[in-house]
Amino acid sequence: MAETKDAIKKISLVCSKGSLDGIYPALIMANGARMEGIEVSIFFTFFGMDAITKKKMNKIKIATVGNPGMGMPTWLGAIPGMSAMATWMMGKTMDKLDIPPIPEFIEMIHDAGGKLYACKATVDMFGLTMDDFCPQVEKVLTVGDFYELSAGAEIIFT
Amino acid sequence: MGQKEIAGKTVSVNEEGYLTIHEEWNKEIAAAIAVEEGIGELKEGHWKVIEFLQKEFKENGTVPSLRRVTKAGGVPTKDLYAFFPGGPLKKSSKIAGLLKPASCV
Repeated sequence: MAETKDAIKKISLVCSKGSLDGIYPALIMANGARMEGIEVSIFFTFFGMDAITKKKMNKIKIATVGNPGMGMPTWLGAIPGMSAMATWMMGKTMDKLDIPPIPEFIEMIHDAGGKLYACKATVDMFGLTMDDFCPQVEKVLTVGDFYELSAGAEIIFT
Repeated sequence: MGQKEIAGKTVSVNEEGYLTIHEEWNKEIAAAIAVEEGIGELKEGHWKVIEFLQKEFKENGTVPSLRRVTKAGGVPTKDLYAFFPGGPLKKSSKIAGLLKPASCV
């Protein structure tokens, strides 16, 4: 894109939802921003934090129950293994499109210079420490810290 | 679409400065675009990326994703951003005389 006065220079993303379909939009937007030379921070909060939690980041699935976008009746989505199968199928398609699995995506965004933060309120609520997070996480931030480091940024909530 | 003189040669470019006829590309043009894009002198690391993009483009008709440059091209993400600050895939594609990348990753 041509350089204009209005070009976006900095964004801060809030990733608040767990599950595959909750987390991917934030990661794709963050990575895409870095590819455009835009400065990026992601603030992970509530179940969005699963994306950076070591024990969970490898096991994130698509929600097949209570997800109207899936077009799947609740009874069908609730069958054991349905969520895993939908995740597996989507994973295959995404791999073809070169959209990486969540742990690789986190590493990619970090290596691209994106900054990853965990939300203090959620950390306290779930009784987590920095040891629970993948090494790419910069630090735990309060909401105030987040706004402070977002000075001059567009804030995007996902 | 228009014409532009780059490194002493008149070439066809689109409104964003990407070469529209890849056959018009040469290494001098690459060097000139690199300076224009703020990349400076092209070194071995840059050429590895440029050559991989051109090989992929020849084989598939599209610019590969950045992830593919990392995985199949063997250039780590960190290096890509260090070589082409401010737009690793966009800038390297432009220097390589290819179309603007059309993928989101």
